[in-house]
Amino acid sequence: MSTTSPLNLTSTDNPLVEGLERLPVHPTSLVIFGATGDLAHRKLLPALYNLAHEGQLPERFEMIGVGRRDQEHEDFRDAALDSIERYSRRKPDPNVLDGLLNDMRYIQGNFDDDGVYTELGRTLVEFDEQAGRQLDRVFYLSTAPEFFPLIAGKLGAAELSQADDSEVRIVVEKPFGYDLASARKLNAQLLEVFEESQIFRIDHYLGKETVQNLMALRFANALFEPVWNRNYIDHVQITASEDIGIGTRAGYYERSGALRDLVQNHMLQLLALLAMEPPTAFDADRLRDEKLKVLEAIVPPSIDDVAEMTVRAQYGPGVVGGVRVPGYLQEDGVAPDSRTETYAALRLHVSNWRWAGVPFYLRTGKRLSRKLTEIAVVLRPVPHVALQSSGSVGIQANQIVFTLQPDEGVSVSIGAKIPGSRMRIRPVNMEFRYGTSFLSESPEAYERLILDAMRGDATLFTRNDEIEALWGIIDPILRAWEADTTSEIPQYPAGSSGPDEAGALLTDGSVWRRL
Amino acid sequence: MSEDVWSEQDTNPDAIEAALRELLRRRHAENESLAPARVLNLIVIVDREWKGEIANRLERAGRYHASRTVLCAVEAGRTTLDAVATVSYTEPHDGRIGVMHEQVVIDLGPEHLEGLQTIADPVLVSEIPTVAWSPHGYREAVRSLLPLIDVMLIDSDDEGDAASAFERAQELREETYIVDLAWLRTTPWRERLAASFDLPQRLAALSEVAALEVRHQERSNASALLLAGWLASRLDWQRSPLRPERGGTLEGAARRSDGEVVVAVRPLRQEAPGLVGVTVACAQGSSLSLQRGQGGLDAHERTPDGVEREWKILGASRGEGGILGEGVRQALLRDPTYLPALKAAQEMLPA
Repeated sequence: MSTTSPLNLTSTDNPLVEGLERLPVHPTSLVIFGATGDLAHRKLLPALYNLAHEGQLPERFEMIGVGRRDQEHEDFRDAALDSIERYSRRKPDPNVLDGLLNDMRYIQGNFDDDGVYTELGRTLVEFDEQAGRQLDRVFYLSTAPEFFPLIAGKLGAAELSQADDSEVRIVVEKPFGYDLASARKLNAQLLEVFEESQIFRIDHYLGKETVQNLMALRFANALFEPVWNRNYIDHVQITASEDIGIGTRAGYYERSGALRDLVQNHMLQLLALLAMEPPTAFDADRLRDEKLKVLEAIVPPSIDDVAEMTVRAQYGPGVVGGVRVPGYLQEDGVAPDSRTETYAALRLHVSNWRWAGVPFYLRTGKRLSRKLTEIAVVLRPVPHVALQSSGSVGIQANQIVFTLQPDEGVSVSIGAKIPGSRMRIRPVNMEFRYGTSFLSESPEAYERLILDAMRGDATLFTRNDEIEALWGIIDPILRAWEADTTSEIPQYPAGSSGPDEAGALLTDGSVWRRL
Repeated sequence: MSEDVWSEQDTNPDAIEAALRELLRRRHAENESLAPARVLNLIVIVDREWKGEIANRLERAGRYHASRTVLCAVEAGRTTLDAVATVSYTEPHDGRIGVMHEQVVIDLGPEHLEGLQTIADPVLVSEIPTVAWSPHGYREAVRSLLPLIDVMLIDSDDEGDAASAFERAQELREETYIVDLAWLRTTPWRERLAASFDLPQRLAALSEVAALEVRHQERSNASALLLAGWLASRLDWQRSPLRPERGGTLEGAARRSDGEVVVAVRPLRQEAPGLVGVTVACAQGSSLSLQRGQGGLDAHERTPDGVEREWKILGASRGEGGILGEGVRQALLRDPTYLPALKAAQEMLPA
């Protein structure tokens, strides 16, 4: 007979969790507001199916869709089935799919209708009673942003924002605010009803493997940290280019533009992760504290500086993939005199000890030559070149490139000798690609983030002070651009690499990387 | 899926390695978007007449393919090596990269097994982990490979009886890290039990477990004992040998700090290998039972006041192909709970 010490279960540590890859998620009712919308259709419902397929949903999982479309539960289930069959990353297992859809409910109504919240409360209680315990509740706001404060307020008024015996959380989709003032107002409105620890502001870029790998690469390798500073890094380029136009989203895009759509959230988050100091622990607040310090160290351009530090442009007619496409001003739903930018480029500086003097260049645009999201860290050139360079492209500065799209991975460019009798150098790449180096398929960002929200892990979500710091950087640019109603907005041909004017942002002879 | 193939009779490891290198070089020269996978090597030793079936099993492992698979097919009386090397890939589109996987099938004889390391070593990709799997025995081949490999893939459910399976696992773990497919068959059950008892209301009940019943397919008693061993080791139960009862059931008891846990491991009819169900009952009359069902596990809960509830916990079956794929994937990870579970399972084996 073996001898063992007595088990001490007075702590909240669950001894069964040790060694498991998947951490427990407590029984949850998930409520999706805007459940008939495009995000739910393309991303959220397929993500939920994939979590169910892999056995990652909580042991008891209930879902309620709330939307304005007049339909029955059965219609909603049919639409969910269609979404999952079309957009799931794997072929659905009919038994799992049935199990997921069987008890899905739909509540129809306007978001300002008290009856919706009464019905919602009744359904949630019904689920609790079936389970014999109060389930955790997650309210996912996948609606137009003007409904965020309304829905939060109504949830509070219906006493659904707090529970005695379970956790209640609210997930807020982007855009979080329209500018700094509206973001502050929205934060205040949400915080009137929910505590900060209950609020999960989503930025789906943070759910991508490569974004998280930025931290792994920086903080799990001694190789990079010694050069990760102003002494060795010349500049950083962050690019998020798309080859598509605005499609049917003219209404949204006319109000948003490239700066709000991608720079204010995703791209500045990437900058923060790249530039932050090592957190003392990988937990939500430690990590977000460090990101916040970086964002606060970025001096927002003064209105006078905006013209020199930023470029905006619109795509004109052009050819993409061999097909002629219209310019932005010719797109359906776009005002012919629209000044909304479809391209934005910025030069920013992080004013702290590590990064003083290192420019961070950000660019994003629609209808560019290809779809690409990457962060390129360009190192300073070597101080003395003893090797001959004639007959070759010569020695080029090393670059560390994190690619998020189309393939997730990292490459490091190094100079290597060209085979032959002469000492000629050209850059070659050392590449790491997820597809070649790991067996696991990267889960969709929304799968990870939905699971984290249900588990209450806010590490990959944006905190209120972070949101305000992000808007604080962008706000002067927005105001300067809005105030300028006369200067011509540069045009770039669809299918090109962007406006020529963007080249002028780069200093000291640097050039944009080829898309 | 496209393939480039090379083959040679009466060949040698250097020729095989050179052929693989040339296949990869030529394919990459034709399409720079194709890159070789570099995750791990897998060496498989099989009876020649079953090599097709094993190759099919590996194919069903889904996306968890080794980067380079070396399938050694043992044929009685053979004294020379014949080899077929294949590089398979799907042409990439839209600026993406494509991944190439390599497979080498080497027909060899029993006399090659003692020195198998010298055949396999030159054919492997260096600097990535190497996993070996020998589903048809061939212990001399495994012995030869042990200095070369990082992980041994075993299946304790395949050994015939759990006692010798566990003994073999203990022997091997002295030499290398082991991944046991019988253990991986218990993964969804362990995850679900961990999640179920993570609720504050249920967590306290873990220290009051009064009975454990693990139900298993007849050939999977190693999996069942490993699950029982896992609970016993995680919850610090004092283990003692179970008694064999009618129909292959094992019964007995373990001791927790302030009480006894009645343990039963019961074989049942089921087509799929692995577990059929598990029931954990607590001292105050509550119990939680999980049973394999269509599209997930069927859960049945009884509360201390006698209320009963049933529901479905969603999850697709991985199938045996998925289990093997998971075994390959687990070779890159380290599970600190297997060895304590194995030790506890051994202590619960009938005396």
